Amino acid sequence: MPATFFYTIEVIANGLMTGVMYSLVALGFVLIFKASGVFNYAQGVMALFAALTLVGIQTGQVPFAHLINTIFGTHYDKFGWQVPTLVAILLALGVMILFAYLVERLILKHLVNQDPIILFMATIGLAYFMEGFGDLMWGSDIKKLDVGLPQGGNLWLEGATAGWAEGFYGFYLDNLDMWATAIAVVLVASLMFFSNYTKTGRALRAVADDNQAALSVGISLRTIWVIVWSLAGFVALVAGIMWGAKSGVQFSLSLIALKALPVLMLGGFTSIPGAIVGGMIIGVGEKLFEFSVGPYIGGATENWFAYVLALLFLVFRPQGLFGEKIIERV
Amino acid sequence: MNATAESYVTADGRTIGAPVMEMKNITLKFGGVTAISDISFDIREGEIRAIIGPNGAGKSSMLNVINGFYHPQEGEIWFHGEKRKPMKPYQIAQQGIARTFQNIALFKGMSTLDNIMTGRFTHMKTNMLMQAIWKGPAEREENLNREIVEHVIDFLEIQAIRKTPVGRLPYGLQKRVELGRALAAQPKLLLLDEPMAGMNVEEKEDMSRFILDVNDEFGTTIALIEHDMGVVMDISDRVVVLDYGKKIGDGTPDEVRNNQDVIDAYLGVAHD
Amino acid sequence: MFYREAGDYKKTYAEDTQTFPIKLDRMGYYAILAIALIVIPVMLANDVGGGANYWANAILLPFLIWAIASIGLNVLVGYCGQLSLGSGGFMAVGAYASYKLMTSFPDLNIVFVVILSGIVTALVGIMFGLPSLRIKGFYLAVATLAAQFFLVWMFNKVPWFYNYSASGQISSPTRTIFGFEVTGATATPEARYLFCLALLIALAWVAHNLTRGRIGRSWMAIRDMDIAAEIIGVAPLRTKLSAFGVSSFFVGIAGALFFSVYLGAVEVGEAFGIQKSFLLLFMIIIGGLGSIFGSIIGAAFMVLMPVLLKNIMVGQLGWATDIAAHFEFVIVGALIIIFLILEPHGIAQLWRLLKEKLRLWPFPH
Repeated sequence: MPATFFYTIEVIANGLMTGVMYSLVALGFVLIFKASGVFNYAQGVMALFAALTLVGIQTGQVPFAHLINTIFGTHYDKFGWQVPTLVAILLALGVMILFAYLVERLILKHLVNQDPIILFMATIGLAYFMEGFGDLMWGSDIKKLDVGLPQGGNLWLEGATAGWAEGFYGFYLDNLDMWATAIAVVLVASLMFFSNYTKTGRALRAVADDNQAALSVGISLRTIWVIVWSLAGFVALVAGIMWGAKSGVQFSLSLIALKALPVLMLGGFTSIPGAIVGGMIIGVGEKLFEFSVGPYIGGATENWFAYVLALLFLVFRPQGLFGEKIIERV
Repeated sequence: MNATAESYVTADGRTIGAPVMEMKNITLKFGGVTAISDISFDIREGEIRAIIGPNGAGKSSMLNVINGFYHPQEGEIWFHGEKRKPMKPYQIAQQGIARTFQNIALFKGMSTLDNIMTGRFTHMKTNMLMQAIWKGPAEREENLNREIVEHVIDFLEIQAIRKTPVGRLPYGLQKRVELGRALAAQPKLLLLDEPMAGMNVEEKEDMSRFILDVNDEFGTTIALIEHDMGVVMDISDRVVVLDYGKKIGDGTPDEVRNNQDVIDAYLGVAHD
Repeated sequence: MFYREAGDYKKTYAEDTQTFPIKLDRMGYYAILAIALIVIPVMLANDVGGGANYWANAILLPFLIWAIASIGLNVLVGYCGQLSLGSGGFMAVGAYASYKLMTSFPDLNIVFVVILSGIVTALVGIMFGLPSLRIKGFYLAVATLAAQFFLVWMFNKVPWFYNYSASGQISSPTRTIFGFEVTGATATPEARYLFCLALLIALAWVAHNLTRGRIGRSWMAIRDMDIAAEIIGVAPLRTKLSAFGVSSFFVGIAGALFFSVYLGAVEVGEAFGIQKSFLLLFMIIIGGLGSIFGSIIGAAFMVLMPVLLKNIMVGQLGWATDIAAHFEFVIVGALIIIFLILEPHGIAQLWRLLKEKLRLWPFPH
């Protein structure tokens, strides 16, 4: 076996793990879209906001410190305590649930029965609002997020596989990526269980099918929306933790939403398995493309590869991999 | 009444000509479901042709076949003596077939006037450059077509709502505007999908009068689907009856009324 | 009489469809034209009150250029109902097309350069509009992001586009109209202003003409109900592509001006990134979807608001610039949501309602 073969496998493995991270973000989109028909562009910013809040609580930051200091000439910065990670995560989750409630109260309630495209644009507005709000609340500097997950390359694996071929130095896989993959798998499994085997899950699926019919059997649409947005907030928190631990909590975190969009186009907006498989295809595809073709055309092809792939795919199969075929009735 | 090529004159003095449209052995399937099986009938020039039948009989599917939303797996469609190739709906519109929908399909963001002006689309020819400059050909064409549209507006007695956005109009008026849009196209064949659905008696009378007037004044050939038997029998020249995707009757209203298969389909038949 | 239609009888269809049916509106329009065409250039040329360059660079030029772009996007989104998030990429096409044209054909007049750049962009826009036959709504919106990312990457990575310059930037050479410099470092603010203004007026007029006739109605028909549009003979793909083409033509011209007249030198990722696509979308939401006037107002609003915020927060209150920037995000985001909830047709609709009230005032029934 030549070394390139093993390097290709390493690229694929890394692609798969990146893909799972994309799926994690895409999952939040799918949850909200299925239950309320809203294509929530703000999902990426929600991940950023959740991660910012987590770091802020964990390190005892004073919210809006910068703004308060500017207006009143004070010098607040930190409360001076450290909150245990688990407690901080629960508190951050609480904030995301409160956020879900406010979104329902202040935005969704007023936009029922509007065109999907209007709702989509409203979530773009929401994304802008949250981005500015999050920065005002916690400051816009890059923050380090440490929740106790192991970082760096897995030395054991590298050592064990080194020398499998001439010039091959072993598989280099990141510990954090592997943890993230495991957590994502657990999360997806529990979401599937929740939606298939609990009463609330059934209500969710009923609303996704036909919200008028769901209303008529006594399901409260508004409660469902709050639940769904809270769930999406939870997924955003998990994604925020993973991405934040990997590359720091900063503005660019909100841009992972842009990576999740082609995943959705590929997997279909309504399918949880679609989001997972789509994420993996895109993760592997863009890594392989960059590995094999990238060097010849200037590199940085990850910027657009996912989109072009999804675009080409859509032209031939508009409903995505797992989406249902749309039959238009006249 | 057999499909002979000769024309004849009706009791009220209208001339009915040769067949404009002939459907020959049409079969339409959706997956395993057969919506229309082996149906043939024709529509003659200048007549009012009704298609009736219980729910799910395949009436709307038939209209959708005629104007190209559905493509039948088997059978031929002849229009003006020529076999029609498979076409897109907009190409069929350009051939002079207009229609209205069972659930109103107006352009909600536009005024009554603009909605009816869209009906003139196939008759307007100025290109994008002329449109961009406006002064000259584009403006002349616009005003010429506006005149025709104003005739339609007068005819349907909707002058007062000319500039009202159609979304604000009551149901009956919306139906009338939709008819206006189809009329503005000056079609050779006009398809009406349940033009009187959901109307009260007065509105139905108005609509019947408009349909008869259109046919009488402009000689427009009309094919319509309608559930109200009284109306159908009163206004149509010939009726075709469908049931479960099959044709069970075809002829003048009187012939159809006395057809045993039709009576069975509508009243039910005792199985013993 | 004050602001009345009563007694003003229309005798021809042309009179009925004129752009400003009310006399007072017409007068107002001419007054604004006079101020824009005469008063402002004279003030800029004489540097009245000082800071002519600041006014031109911070407010006037961006406003004019963004107004052209937002009219373009409004044709696509507001009139034809196809959401696009690729405008930044299309502006880049216009910019790079004008750069290549200027450097390859030094004798070509800048007016033709700008118009040709628009045509090149229109062709690219039509190409990226092709999927619109198969995909709709936000699927299409996401697909247009492909254009955004791919185009920006291409202009960044393919050296031919920036003439192999070491910095990867493009910078605009000096070009003149009737002997007046309109691009380049030494062009006066009033010349650059008048050039952009003339283009805006011409293009706004073209857009108005296109949207009031046959083609405009076919766009709106596709927007409101594509199935019904088909049965009146509107070919969906051709119509959508024509909207993509016209829209990209406008956006491309704006991109060419943004580069050659306004910035002078451009780095593609910075000048034409995804944020620009969103900015343009916000302009037409706040200004009013499906309104030429709204596009212009929206552009003015989105150009002026950050300047105002900065002047108040940083200039008056002495806050840090990053706080002002964060507030801008919060305010823009909140405004988008508020407008979508309360008035999806934007400022233009508020203005229309005000005029309707005024027409009947003081007897509203």
